Amino acid sequence: MDAKSMVLEQYSARVYKNRKEHILTLDGSGEIPVIAANARSIPGIITERGCCYAGCKGVVVGPIKDVITITHGPIGCGFYSWGTRRNQAKATKEGEPVFIQYMFSTDMQEPDIVFGGEKKLRQAIKEAVDIFHPKAIMICSTCPVGLIGDDVQAVANETEKLYGITCLAFSCEGYKGVSQSAGHHIANNGVMKHIIGTVDTPLENPFTVNILGEYNIGGDGFEQIRILNKCGIDVRTSFTGDASIDDLKSAHMANLNLVMCHRSINYIAEMMETKYGIPWLKVNFIGVDGTCQSLRDIGKYFGDQGLIDRIEAVIAEELAELAEERAYYRSKLSGKTAALYVGGSRSHHYQLLLKDFGVKTLLAGYEFAHRDDYEGRDVIPTIKEDADGKNIEHMTVEADPEKFRARLTPEQLEAVRKEVPLSDYAGMIPDMADGSVVVDDLNHYETEAFTRILKPDIFFTGIKDKYAIQKSGTLCRQLHSYDYSGPYAGFKGAMKFGHDVVMGLFTPCWGMINPPWKNRATIRAHVGGEN
Amino acid sequence: MLDLTPKEHVERTALRINSCKTCQPVGALYAALGVHKCLPYSHGSQGCVAYHRTFLTRHFKEPAMASTSSFTEGASVFGGGSNLKQGTKNAFDIYDPDIIAVHTTCLSETIGDDLNAFIQDLDIPEGKLVIHTNTPSYVGSHIDGYFNMMCGFIRYLAKNTGKKNGKTAIFPGWSNPGDLREFKRLAGLMGVSYTMFPDQSGVMDAPMSDHFEFYPDGGTTLPEIVGLGDCESVIGLGELTVTEPCEQLKKKCKVAYEVIPYPIGVENTDRFIMALAAAAGCEVPYAIEEERGQLIDLMLDAHIWFSGKSCAVFGDPDYVLGITALVLEMGMIPKYVLTGTPGSAFHQKVNALFEQYNVQDQCTAKEFGDLFDLHQWVKESPVDLLIGSSYGKQIARAEDIPFVRAGFPVLDRYGHPLFPITCYKGAMRLVEQIANALMDRVDRDVPDEEFDIIM
Repeated sequence: MDAKSMVLEQYSARVYKNRKEHILTLDGSGEIPVIAANARSIPGIITERGCCYAGCKGVVVGPIKDVITITHGPIGCGFYSWGTRRNQAKATKEGEPVFIQYMFSTDMQEPDIVFGGEKKLRQAIKEAVDIFHPKAIMICSTCPVGLIGDDVQAVANETEKLYGITCLAFSCEGYKGVSQSAGHHIANNGVMKHIIGTVDTPLENPFTVNILGEYNIGGDGFEQIRILNKCGIDVRTSFTGDASIDDLKSAHMANLNLVMCHRSINYIAEMMETKYGIPWLKVNFIGVDGTCQSLRDIGKYFGDQGLIDRIEAVIAEELAELAEERAYYRSKLSGKTAALYVGGSRSHHYQLLLKDFGVKTLLAGYEFAHRDDYEGRDVIPTIKEDADGKNIEHMTVEADPEKFRARLTPEQLEAVRKEVPLSDYAGMIPDMADGSVVVDDLNHYETEAFTRILKPDIFFTGIKDKYAIQKSGTLCRQLHSYDYSGPYAGFKGAMKFGHDVVMGLFTPCWGMINPPWKNRATIRAHVGGEN
Repeated sequence: MLDLTPKEHVERTALRINSCKTCQPVGALYAALGVHKCLPYSHGSQGCVAYHRTFLTRHFKEPAMASTSSFTEGASVFGGGSNLKQGTKNAFDIYDPDIIAVHTTCLSETIGDDLNAFIQDLDIPEGKLVIHTNTPSYVGSHIDGYFNMMCGFIRYLAKNTGKKNGKTAIFPGWSNPGDLREFKRLAGLMGVSYTMFPDQSGVMDAPMSDHFEFYPDGGTTLPEIVGLGDCESVIGLGELTVTEPCEQLKKKCKVAYEVIPYPIGVENTDRFIMALAAAAGCEVPYAIEEERGQLIDLMLDAHIWFSGKSCAVFGDPDYVLGITALVLEMGMIPKYVLTGTPGSAFHQKVNALFEQYNVQDQCTAKEFGDLFDLHQWVKESPVDLLIGSSYGKQIARAEDIPFVRAGFPVLDRYGHPLFPITCYKGAMRLVEQIANALMDRVDRDVPDEEFDIIM
C-alpha cells in the first residue's frame, strides 16, 4: 500500500471522500494531475489554516510600516497578530514613523456588539489621529463586525474627509472564504483600488522594479534588495515588507513587477499589468540557483547589455564568496530527505534550495493555495468557483487612460516571452520528482501519519505542528518564522538556511533521547545459592 | 523602539494600544488542556484556534492540540449547529478523546448559537462526553475564559453523591506546569489527599521521549472531576481567577471553599501552607519551614540590591497581585501596577497592598489598562525594573530598563514554564532573577574604578 492509501484508510467514508482529492502521489506519467484546493476545511479536523483576517491584516496589510492599522473587533485578533510574523521594517528616512511594533484595536466590548461598533471605531480613529498624526489608517474587521453590520467603509470615507488622510477599510471578517487566501484577495483589492497609482513619483532609474509578495520576514526583502541594487536595479517598493504608503502609491511607475509569493499577491500583479502596462515575472530568490535564474530573467526582460553584464559579474562575485560554505553544507546534507508544508509559495521555493544542498523532497503541501499554485496558471480557466469563493469580490480593471504605459512593444514582448516566463507561473508540481507526495491543507493527523510512514529527516512547517513532529523524533523547523533566524533569501540567506538545517540535524541532544538504562539492565540479580 | 509614544498622556476611551490582555477562548483552551484525554474545541472560525494554538505553543514550546468547527460564511448565516455535529463526530473518529470541551467565540456568540441545545442533539459515542462553556471574546479577558471553562466542566460533570471522598480540591488558577508541580509537591509534603483541577503539568511540559503522545499522561482525570462534588473542601488559588468555579461547585454540590491570593511571595505562600495544614489537620513539616527560612535568608542577604528600588508590574490580575506582594516584601516600590483585564476588584486589592506597606502615595494601579499607558507613565517618571510578559521587552528596550519576564505570555524565552515562580521555591527564583537583573545593570553601568568583583 502506498503512503497516501495508508494515511487515508483511517478516515470515515465521508472524510475519506473529501481528503483523497487533496492528496496526490506523483506517478511519473508526465501529466500534471488535478488536486482539490482552496476548499473548506472539514469541521473537527485539526487544520493548520488561519482565517481571512490573518491573510488580510496578518499577511498583506500589517507589514506596511508607516500607517496605523486598527483591528476593529474584540481584542484577541489584534493581540495575536502583534509582532508575531517577524516582518522587519526600518524608517525610510530618519524621523519617518514606523508603527510595526505597535498594536491598535478597538477592543470591542459587549455594548459595542449590541449597539454597534461604528461609534467606538470613529472615536478610536480620532484618538489615533490626535496622538500619532498618521498619514494613513487601515481598518481591518474581525468576525463580529460583519455580523452586526458596522459600515466600516463609510467610517473610512468620513475619516478621509475629516482628517485629510488616507483611510482604507478591509472587510476581512475571519469567516470569509476558506483560509487566509480570501484575506489576501480582499487586501489586494483594497490596495489596488485606493493606494496604487495615486501618486506619480518619477523613477530615477529605468531598471526599477517592485517585489510583490515579499513580506521581509527575517529580513528576506533586505537581502533581495541588496543583490538587486548591486546589479544596478532599483526597487520602488516591496508588497508589503518594509513598505511605506508613499512608495506603494507610486508603485505603478516601476517597469517590472517581480512576484515572490504568487498566492498572496498575484491579483495585484495581474491588475497592474492590465491597468498600468507593467508585466510581471515570477521570481524565486530562495536558493542560489533560483536567485541566479531570477536575476538573469530580469536581465533578459530589460534587455540591456550593460545590466546583463553587471548581473553576471554580481553572480560570479557572490558565488565565489559562498563556494566553500556551500560545499560544506552540501557535504553535510546530501542524501537527506525533507517534507514541506507552508503557506502559498515557500513549499515550492524551498524545494529548489534543498535540492541545491542535495536534499530530496518527499512531501510538499500548501496551507491555502489554489490549484494554479500546484498545477500552474494554465488551469485557471478550468477552476470551478464554489460558494465560498464567490463571496469574495473579483475586481476587474481596465487600462488607465492616463497612466497606462506599455513597457515593451508587442514584438519585444514576444521575444522576451520566448526566453522568460513573463506573466506566468508553472506551479509547484512540475518541479517535483516522481513518487513524491503533494498534500493540500495537510492536517495534524496526516502530518503525524506521513512523518511516520515517509520518515523524512526534516520537516519544514509552522509553530503549531513543530513540537508534535519534533517529539516524534524528526527535526522540525518553522518555515513561516524561520525559527527566529533569517534572512533565508538570496545568496547570503541560502547559506544561513544551510547553517540552520545542519545545526538542527546535528545538535548533540538527538543522541541522548533514550537513557542508558533503557538499553542496559540495571537490576543486579543473584543466582540462588550464591554468597 | 516605540519612538512614536509621546510622554504626554491623552485620555483614551476607544483605542486600545499594545494590549495587556487577550480574549476569552485562549483561556478556555488552556484550561481544557489540563484535563486528561480532553480535546479542546473552538466553535467558530478556524482562525481563532489557529491563533490560540500558536500562542500557547509559543509560550510553552509544546504542542497545544485543539480542534475547531471551521465556520464559513454560510455557517455564520445559518448557525453552526451542523458544523458542531460534523466536527465533534470527526474529532471523536480521528483523535479519539474521552471528552471534547467546546468553547464559543465572538463569532458563534454574536450569531447566538445555542450550545446547550446543539449538544443535546449530538450523537456522542458510547462512553464519551461533550461539554461546553460560553466565552464571548468581547467580555473580560483570557482569564475569564479560563475560569469559565472550569465552570463548564463543573456544571456538566461534578457530582455530589452524598458521600465525601476525603479529598481536598485545589483550583490553581492560571499556572505554568512548573507552578502546578510545586503546588502538588507541597500538598504531598503536607500529606493532603487532593485533586488538582485543572492540571496542565505532564501535558504542557511533556518530556522528549522516542515518540509523540497526542494525549500525554498529565491532566485531571474525568473521575476526579466528577469527584470534585464529593471533595471535603476547595482551596482556590487566585481570588480574581478561581472564585467563580469555587462558587459554581458550592452551588451545585455544596462543597465549601476558601479562596486565597495566588501564592507568589512570602505571605501569600504562608496562607497557602496554612490552608493545606487546615485541610490535612496536621503540623507543617520541617522541610517546608526550611524552604521558607531559605527564602527569608536570601531576601535578607540580597536586600541591599533591591531595597527602595522602584518597579512596574503588569500582566494578569492574580500574577500581578502576587508579584506586587513579593516586591513589597522585598522592600521595593511597585510604582506602577497594571492589568489589562477589566474588574474593579483588582484596584481595591492592589490599593490594600499599597496601604499595608504605606506606599500608596508613591504608587499607581490600573485595571483594564494597556502597555501604552504603562509606557507613558514610565516616560513621565522612570522605574528601575519592569516585571511582566514578553511584550514588556519593547518598553524595556525603549527606556533602557532591566526586565524580568513573568506571567503570560512569555514568547521569547525557553524553559520558563518548567520552573515555579510560586511558593517559597518560586519566590527564591524570582528574587534571584530580580537581583540579577538589577545587579547586571550596575555591572554594566558603573565606571571601571567602581567595578566590583565582590557584590
